[in-house]
Amino acid sequence: MSTQKQREPESQEPSDGETTPTPQERRLERKESDRAVREEAADESDLEEETVLLKVFRYDPEVADKQEPRFDEFHVPFEKGMTVLDAVIYARDTYDPSLTFRHSCRQAVCGSDAFFVNGKQRLACKTQISELDQPVRVEPLPHQEVIKDLVVDMDHFYDQMHAVEPYFQSEELPDDELEEQRQSRENREKIKMSSRCIWCAACMSSCNIAAGDNQYLGPAAINKAYKFAMDDREEAELTEHRLRIIEQEHGVWRCQTQFSCTEVCPKDIPLTEHIQELKREAVKKNLKFW
Amino acid sequence: MSQSYNRGLIEDFGRWREFSAGMWAWIFHKFTGWMLIGYLFTHIAVLSSFLAGPEAYTDTIQGLEGLLLIRMLEVGLLAVAVFHILNGIRLLLVDLGIGLDSQDKSFYASLILTGIITVASVPTFLDGFGGVLG
Ligand code: SF4
Ligand code: FES
Repeated sequence: MSTQKQREPESQEPSDGETTPTPQERRLERKESDRAVREEAADESDLEEETVLLKVFRYDPEVADKQEPRFDEFHVPFEKGMTVLDAVIYARDTYDPSLTFRHSCRQAVCGSDAFFVNGKQRLACKTQISELDQPVRVEPLPHQEVIKDLVVDMDHFYDQMHAVEPYFQSEELPDDELEEQRQSRENREKIKMSSRCIWCAACMSSCNIAAGDNQYLGPAAINKAYKFAMDDREEAELTEHRLRIIEQEHGVWRCQTQFSCTEVCPKDIPLTEHIQELKREAVKKNLKFW
Repeated sequence: MSQSYNRGLIEDFGRWREFSAGMWAWIFHKFTGWMLIGYLFTHIAVLSSFLAGPEAYTDTIQGLEGLLLIRMLEVGLLAVAVFHILNGIRLLLVDLGIGLDSQDKSFYASLILTGIITVASVPTFLDGFGGVLG
């Protein structure tokens, strides 16, 4: 805007038409009036100033009068492109510095800010306020112990993730020390989606089998196992070892295909599909022995 | 440190409004499964009236069929069985990894089909209702 204002006098000098306005002048005029209209519109929206009503779950076991869980309301000025995370950050910075939640990357990479927003597990930094009904209810992930406000205990989730040995462990190294361990394009495609997991635990929290059976590996861990079990570069014995882990009592067979995890995964990983495929692999493996 | 406490209705059936298709399919499947098991036992009970002789059996059946409630329950039983079968097929496909992307549509389809078949069956079930009485 400002750059055009400055250019105005310059452009008028070379145009020597005294009576009729040159096309350039007409264009400038139109721009001027357009701008006026725009500014007016902006003023109007300023007046109404949209706000978002947040209802945030609060709980703090260490403060006597906060031990009873409750909901706090915050009115946050709405901005275009505002995410749930932006809104709770605003609430914390402006109204209540004791409001506690995890966040880091703000771009759906670190997986630290999965909350229960309007009855669904969502990644706060990936959820647009404009897509939600108001008031926006923000709660900690269900089925996990709350430590404070929106912070839940993730230890159990991490334990399950580690239980499937989520690391590449082939013994076959390439001949040359500096050589890469190549993977075929097709194989890479196969495990592509499963490798996108950001450990946010939204899936685990949405699964009511996992809620009832604390030992169930859960969708994320099984998906991890899928990533490595399907990796061609690992030897057959390793794959078998992995299948043994996931087909144990609290492994894949607990899944009753409710699709809850697939529905909430912020990375759109087809979790149920992967679990089902591992079930089939497990059956195939066992049939071979008979 | 952290301690457990009751977070109220967040974590249970009180959230039913927020359940998705797959979840409903699971609940209905469980529910209809239990209904069918329950029916199995009443079915056996009714059939075993035959032990007291053919007349007792006929009396029981006629007595039951004379009740509008029983006729209506029969329609309900059909609905339950049909849904369980259709969703069972859906689950079979899910197990085979077929059409996982449209699992919600196949659930709705089985619901609608169940509805249609149930409604279509009503005349058959009520057929001769007055006749038995008379
Ligand atoms: S599978 Fe999806 S929902 Fe589950 S932890 Fe990974 S990214 Fe989160
Ligand atoms: S802040 Fe990192 S995923 Fe949301």
